[in-house]
Amino acid sequence: MIELQITWFILVGVLLAGFTVLAGLDLGAGFLFYRFRSAEEREAISYNLRPIWGVNQVWLLTGGGALFAAFPRVYAGVFSGFYLALMLLLLALVLRAVAIEVKPEVSSDRWGRFWDESYFTGSTLVCLLLGVAMGNLLAGIPLDSQGNYTGGFWDLLNLFAIGTGLYSISLIALQGAGLLMTAGSDQLRQKAGQIAARYWLISLFLFLLLTIYCFIYEPQVFANYRRFPLLYGLPALLIICYAVYPVALKKMAAQVPLLVSSLLILALWGLLGGAMFPALVPNSADPSASLTLYNSSSSLLTLKVMLVLAVIGIPIVLFYISAIYRQFFAGRSLKQSIDNSASELSH
Amino acid sequence: MDAVLLSRIQFGLTVGFHFLFPPLTIGLAWIIYFMQRRFHQTGEMLYRQMSRFWVRILAVTFAIGVASGIVMEFQFGTNWAEYSRYVGDIFGAPLAAEGILAFFLESAFIGVLIWGENRVSPTLYRLSSLLVAIGATLSAFWIIVANSWMQTPAGYHIAGGRAELTSFIQAVFNPSTLPRYLHTIDASIITGALFVVGISAWLLLKNHHKKMARESLRIGLIVAVIACVLQLFLGHYHAVQVADTQPAKFAAMEGLFESEQGAPLLLFGLIDPENRTVNSKIEVPYFLSLFVAADPNYEVQGLNSFPETDWPPIKATFYTFHPMTWLGGAFILFTLWGVWLLRRGTIYNHRLFQRLAVIAIPFPFIVNELGWITAEVGRQPWIVYGLLRTADAASVNVPAAQILASLVMFSLIYILLLGLWIFLITRHLKPGIDENISGKEAASL
Repeated sequence: MIELQITWFILVGVLLAGFTVLAGLDLGAGFLFYRFRSAEEREAISYNLRPIWGVNQVWLLTGGGALFAAFPRVYAGVFSGFYLALMLLLLALVLRAVAIEVKPEVSSDRWGRFWDESYFTGSTLVCLLLGVAMGNLLAGIPLDSQGNYTGGFWDLLNLFAIGTGLYSISLIALQGAGLLMTAGSDQLRQKAGQIAARYWLISLFLFLLLTIYCFIYEPQVFANYRRFPLLYGLPALLIICYAVYPVALKKMAAQVPLLVSSLLILALWGLLGGAMFPALVPNSADPSASLTLYNSSSSLLTLKVMLVLAVIGIPIVLFYISAIYRQFFAGRSLKQSIDNSASELSH
Repeated sequence: MDAVLLSRIQFGLTVGFHFLFPPLTIGLAWIIYFMQRRFHQTGEMLYRQMSRFWVRILAVTFAIGVASGIVMEFQFGTNWAEYSRYVGDIFGAPLAAEGILAFFLESAFIGVLIWGENRVSPTLYRLSSLLVAIGATLSAFWIIVANSWMQTPAGYHIAGGRAELTSFIQAVFNPSTLPRYLHTIDASIITGALFVVGISAWLLLKNHHKKMARESLRIGLIVAVIACVLQLFLGHYHAVQVADTQPAKFAAMEGLFESEQGAPLLLFGLIDPENRTVNSKIEVPYFLSLFVAADPNYEVQGLNSFPETDWPPIKATFYTFHPMTWLGGAFILFTLWGVWLLRRGTIYNHRLFQRLAVIAIPFPFIVNELGWITAEVGRQPWIVYGLLRTADAASVNVPAAQILASLVMFSLIYILLLGLWIFLITRHLKPGIDENISGKEAASL
């Protein structure tokens, strides 16, 4: 039973990590619209995102479903507790979904600009809110004995959570820039490289700041690391990624920075899991009454059945997604994308 | 205002709105697959042009469906936390399975179908329409599984104050899954087919894209007539199951108060729940008993044999069920007439039929909604039939004011989305717009 509970703790993390790494591409590129202001640049970027953003979002929906199935008490407690924040998240998700799909339907400047701005706003808000939510969960939130959140909406917007929200944006910006570097014309690639260098610095700075904050105000997040020093491998990996990133940016193939930033995000999820384990929702009012993978999981049979479905299903999903990604992105420059997309819109 | 009521309104609004789109997506996806297959079999460019035209419509529909559907995955937790805690052990699994086994597939390949024709290999593109259709149909399966479990729970026991899974197979194939699934998928195919018929008729009336519209009309009509006639049997199969497993709902649907041997089939009536009677009845004697049990003297349970606290809202159940059946009957007559005109070869110039086909476009959507209301309102006062009452299922820690705020937000968004969908579809039908999509093809013809 414990093995299954731990497996699902990891698997929910994997689904959410899959979302941040892959949807990070289209969320990040959307956030970077503020740096790419011309209609041509934005259209060239959207051209690459349109076929893949939808399937990337399914990682989040499936993560939500898996959380519901494996840890119903967490799903119920967190989602109802963060009610207004989640409604804002839904609004942002709906906005960007409509924006990216509807924009190419009408070829008018005003229409295009409106939906581009909506896509930027929605994408940025999604990153910010998910970062804020993760910050709150890491630090812990007050729960009653039933596992219901007892704080209010504004309590979620504390200094630490705003910091993690901004940190989330900085990481997603790296993903977006990474995508543009792999599929960009020389000019765009150069611009994306500069952006990546800047966000590397910002995110490193925020990471250090947040770590120091935790050291002073949230020392409990280090407890697992003191007990199991092997876990330090995760922050070590993250720091290596930070160290390698600027080198990769300057000297290595165009795809490498994206791989490094993806690995960095995976290491961060590992780091978070290591800090929170076995809690999924640490209870700041009474740490002994946290929602943990032991006390909030589904039954043995459900976890087993779900594991079978996941073990069969997820490799198949990865197989066809990678096939599709390869076909859409293999050896094609963004310059070509601009030409293709221009001919698609003008015919 | 009461938080439970607000959550119910919000859930009804969001699901009811969302449910406009997936049936059309499913129906259209199969018709597009069929068109593409014809193209590959015959090599006729007409079929490629047709599939491109309908893929554009599918794209807009899918987009609005996805945008409105995002809310669903989260809403059980936000508004129905007590429900989620009570049934999460069983109810979460089909939702997660839908993601892993179906929605990934549908979303991945709809990107290919819409944007990939010139960007991926021909093999992958050829596969995409089939995989989108399969993904959409499987996706519906898991959602129907979840819903059916709320209607006729099975494969569980109560332990530690919640429902726990005892058999996944029994929970998935609970008594109402199969009848409801077949009924809903057939309804989706009807929706898609009549939509194709209606839009094609519009194009013919406007004298636009005639060749493509004629062939689309023909394909749509043939699919529609088969699906409509089939629905007689599938609807019957589903109704018999409801009579068997949810007798109070069935009695409300049929407007039967007194349990009766040799119960009549009500064709029309005005129900009066206060006086427990139906006025202005038109009925066929013995036929309800005959339908339910193939025995004219079979006793059908009436509402009076259940305590009033277990009654669903009678009027909402009764007045949605009957128009659904009337409209279903009308679809059969209409499509049979169409096929007759098709065989005589006069359909392409038959203005009356074409006008009626255009007028008929909204009706499959209305029928879907009516059937959904019958099923879900008829389930009340239970959220899980016989197990958990709706009143006990809502989140306890969400203030009513916040729900009201989100309700207003969703209402506004959904009005905008509906307007956007109609705007984009009608725009697509204007001459000159869709030439874009088929323009390259026209040049190569």
